[in-house]
Amino acid sequence: MAPWLVTGAEGGVATVDVKRRPRPHGIAYLISVVCYALMLLPLVAIVFYSFLAPGDASDIRQWSFTLDWYRALTLDESIMQALKTSLLVAVSASLGSTCLGLFGALALHRSRFSGSELVTGLATLPLALPELVLGLASVIWFGITGLSLGISTVIIGHITLTTAYVVTVINARLSDFDSSVIDAASDLGATPWQVARRVTIPLLAPAIGAGAMMAFALSFDDFMISFFTAGVDEDTLPMRIYSMIRFGINREIYALSTALILLTASGLGVSSWLRKRSFHQ
Amino acid sequence: MVGIYSFLERGPYGDIIWQPTLANYARALDPLYLRIYRKSFLLAASTTAVCALLGLPLAYTIATAAKRWQPSLMGLLMVPFLTNFVVRVYAIRLILAAEGPINLGLLSLGLITEPIMMTDSTMAVALGMITNYLPFMVLPIYVVFEKFDFAIIEAAKDLGAKGWPVFSRVILPLAKPGLLSGLSLVFVPVLGEYMIPDLLGGAKTLMLGGLITEQFLRVRDWPFGAALAMILCIAMVSVLWLQHRYRGTMASHGSGGRSGYSRR
Repeated sequence: MAPWLVTGAEGGVATVDVKRRPRPHGIAYLISVVCYALMLLPLVAIVFYSFLAPGDASDIRQWSFTLDWYRALTLDESIMQALKTSLLVAVSASLGSTCLGLFGALALHRSRFSGSELVTGLATLPLALPELVLGLASVIWFGITGLSLGISTVIIGHITLTTAYVVTVINARLSDFDSSVIDAASDLGATPWQVARRVTIPLLAPAIGAGAMMAFALSFDDFMISFFTAGVDEDTLPMRIYSMIRFGINREIYALSTALILLTASGLGVSSWLRKRSFHQ
Repeated sequence: MVGIYSFLERGPYGDIIWQPTLANYARALDPLYLRIYRKSFLLAASTTAVCALLGLPLAYTIATAAKRWQPSLMGLLMVPFLTNFVVRVYAIRLILAAEGPINLGLLSLGLITEPIMMTDSTMAVALGMITNYLPFMVLPIYVVFEKFDFAIIEAAKDLGAKGWPVFSRVILPLAKPGLLSGLSLVFVPVLGEYMIPDLLGGAKTLMLGGLITEQFLRVRDWPFGAALAMILCIAMVSVLWLQHRYRGTMASHGSGGRSGYSRR
């Protein structure tokens, strides 16, 4: 527990904040403000520009605001198609890597064969490799196996990346997992399937959930692997945005970006609210 | 697979001839490419340095802020961190664009009469790298700061240390494990970055990541691209290995501890 958590006179826990916390130097404050400005102002600018009506932007007196770009966005077939592709890929990659990662982590945890360290290392290798290398390794591999590039190769490519994260998350949970409960369950006559369904999986549920969500987020955000493995016909949302930027389409991207920023912010808000609620229970 | 490909020859039509060769590596040492490596390396090193200079005070400020403010401060850091990567890069492009807020501000104040072209430059690439990778520096340092008892700093002050010594003798050594994680978490991906130089640097600034992608998707010289990718991997592995070694010697002096933050 943190040192500022002390037991009060009535035996309840009271949080005594600060006092012991030093005040940072003025320069540290200044730098912090600069950092936040650097990271947040671009996003604020994009949100602002997404509401700006067309016309000469350089004259502030002529500014007017509109929702046209958002309307154009919902009518744009290619964006909606890319969004569907992205969601399909992210859901499949998340499901696939959660299953693979769960069984992989369990197998590696329960058996200590001579190469198990190496297998764990290899499974988590994509964490250390740059996505660029992962992308081109996948495309070479698909070239040799003769799979034609398309949505399925994107999913496979994403699974190689996201499985590494799932294995890491579940492994972390397994490492402080008391495996005697599994032995106890089987001693009491549970079949392996019952052990998995009634003991192991419920105990691992938070890690499985966290891994699945992480895999979804990673896959939805990924550009590099999709870029290499998608071939010519399929576009995920980040790829679509990238080619729109390349073709110089501006205002619609602002609207789309704003939607994605709001999505991220609300996702974060919901997750922190959930955490706070489970903390208070 | 990438390793094997790097030793193969390229056929006249972009196909692959299964015959081992070192020619790809010999070609990769051409002065033309050496210049690109040097530029990528310098950019990665300076980005990492700037991120460290900005990230350390930021992590310290967040960690010493009142408890109830910390979630919000972290949240403000996480929103850009988790927002789609392409969107973040594009947002920087907008800031610097001819019709972007900086140029509009300067124009309306009458300080300039023509918009300044700020995109498509190495400066724009560096700015993009710094803003995108700053959270990778801040998070591991924050994790370290969050755990330690700030009474140490009070104690140092009580014992007569002021200003710089408090920082260099107390804060910096304590932050070291986080700082080290941060250094490699920033340096490694920046070295192989493709999109930021591509969208912010224009045609003039070709970096290692762009060069490899070019070989694969446009030139279709896969073996040469694979050789370049192997060079990139070797560079990264050696950075991680150096860090590991350094951590090892540090751990034997009694500090250490790894923070489990990974990349985006």
